[in-house]
Amino acid sequence: MFMTRQQASRGRGRSALSKVESRQALGFMSPALVGLALFTIVPVGLSIVMSLFHWPAFGDRSFAGLGNYETLFTQSPDFWPALRNSAVFTLLYVPANLVVALGLALALGPRIRGRGAFRVLFFIPVVTPIVANALVWKMLLQPQGLFNGVSMTVFGYELPNFLADQNWAMIMVVVMSVWQGMGYNMLIFSAALEQLPAPVVEAARIDGAQGVRMLRSIVLPMLSPAIFFATVMTVITALQVFAQPQLLTGGGPGNATMPLVQFIYNQGFRFQDLGLAAAAAWVLFVLIILLTAFQFRAQKRWVHYEH
Amino acid sequence: MSTEALDTRVAGQRSGCVRLVLAHVGVVLAAAIFIMPLVYAFFSALKPNTEIFSMPPTLVGSEVRWSNFVDVFTYGPFATYIANSFFVALSGTFVVLVVSTTAGYAFGRLRWRGRDAIFLVFLVTLMVPQEVLVVPMFIVMQWFGWVDTYQSLIFPFAFTAFGTFLMRQFFRGIPFELDEAARVDGAGPLRTFLQIILPLARSAVAVLAVFTFMAFWNSYLWPLITVVDYQSHGTLPIGLATFSGQNGTRWDLQMAAAIISMVPTTIIVIALQKHLVKGIATAGLGGR
Repeated sequence: MFMTRQQASRGRGRSALSKVESRQALGFMSPALVGLALFTIVPVGLSIVMSLFHWPAFGDRSFAGLGNYETLFTQSPDFWPALRNSAVFTLLYVPANLVVALGLALALGPRIRGRGAFRVLFFIPVVTPIVANALVWKMLLQPQGLFNGVSMTVFGYELPNFLADQNWAMIMVVVMSVWQGMGYNMLIFSAALEQLPAPVVEAARIDGAQGVRMLRSIVLPMLSPAIFFATVMTVITALQVFAQPQLLTGGGPGNATMPLVQFIYNQGFRFQDLGLAAAAAWVLFVLIILLTAFQFRAQKRWVHYEH
Repeated sequence: MSTEALDTRVAGQRSGCVRLVLAHVGVVLAAAIFIMPLVYAFFSALKPNTEIFSMPPTLVGSEVRWSNFVDVFTYGPFATYIANSFFVALSGTFVVLVVSTTAGYAFGRLRWRGRDAIFLVFLVTLMVPQEVLVVPMFIVMQWFGWVDTYQSLIFPFAFTAFGTFLMRQFFRGIPFELDEAARVDGAGPLRTFLQIILPLARSAVAVLAVFTFMAFWNSYLWPLITVVDYQSHGTLPIGLATFSGQNGTRWDLQMAAAIISMVPTTIIVIALQKHLVKGIATAGLGGR
């Protein structure tokens, strides 16, 4: 009798308490909820609507159904090239970034003196404004700039006009982007390397594993979760590239270096066709989701998790 | 030990030593090549504009013009760009910290109905990239009458779920007995949050603050869209591009301005270098 009454009162107490706690939680949550609703959920919904309308920046809107998507894939002269450029950039940038970052993380081993300072140095372009970085490279890559100047003076050889050349322009956008961005993955890999279990590495060494063998059979498999994470994130950032081509080449020559995001920006804010821009943004979003999902499905084949 | 074995061991040590020296040489060389663009940019900022593209290239021009770093401020409203960047980055960081810690606390340490469902919504929005949001966000800014205002630079991207997620993860790692003890002592959730949980989460808050500040400081695409009058609301990245005009590019001033814009974030990274690797491991999920 006594027990049940106590239980009952405790039950009532808990539900009253949880009601109070719910109210308090709502208080804590409200700024985030309001912000998320106004600045994420509303824009996402709006962007679906916009992609279905002819939506000029000024003037009348009209319903277009899937017209914008049709325009993108069948009429817009720049859309397919933009898709191609984003694909080319991603295919070049992601492997280059990962290889350089991993190489540096491995090279900056515990026996390197001042490795902390070196890490900071390689990380600096990640945190300096991307606009400033790109303008510096634009100066270096001019026909009269440092690269060609050194080549002319030392070797008497004239380099191509990198930023105006159909093929070189994209390569230089990639080179500049790797220089700017790989420090981030370098630190991710450094953090992962520092957490490698010493006994396993030591056991492998006693078994005679060295150099390339050690790297391929021990270090890389144990690093694979970090490599997977870095790959997923880097693919996403590669598809979001904008500032580097915008500032280095303006997307040119022609549209040779114009990626999807620049296409979206141009359609929306230079040609004032916001509906078409919204539709292109959705294509980008779907691409990102598909590629990410694909990588998560494929990870079973090569990512080794402990436990 | 036979002399032969001793010999091979000494040789082995010597080759290990040689390898270590070579590794250092390689790293120093790679670092020198890597940082060269920034070093050359710095020296270019000290040259007269006519000598930026001299043939053969020189590191130091005919004169060292420190005055370029002063002229940057008279060429355009560069001081305004700097002030705007600081104001926007600091306010934005403040908003992000308040929103993320409070929401992270509610998700991580309070029990309420619908918590997990709403958290899932937050996680899903993490996947929406900024590039997809900017087009409709511009329309939302038109609705609010916020186009070309400080608000539009600060608020739209200060509510992304990343900070909330980071703080929630960190808060969950703090022992729950602390809340119980505080409750027994009569402290409400607000006091528990402010006086117990938040101080314990200092390191995570610092990581979030640094990453957020840098993201705002370097942001380019959104300011390019929402800022109409560069003279009044332009931020540094926007302002940097204004040194190339109809009369050609003032490369000397542009480089000086670029170097100035790099100073704050570089100082932060150097000051925090000891925590860099751990900070990345904590916040690795976000940023870029």
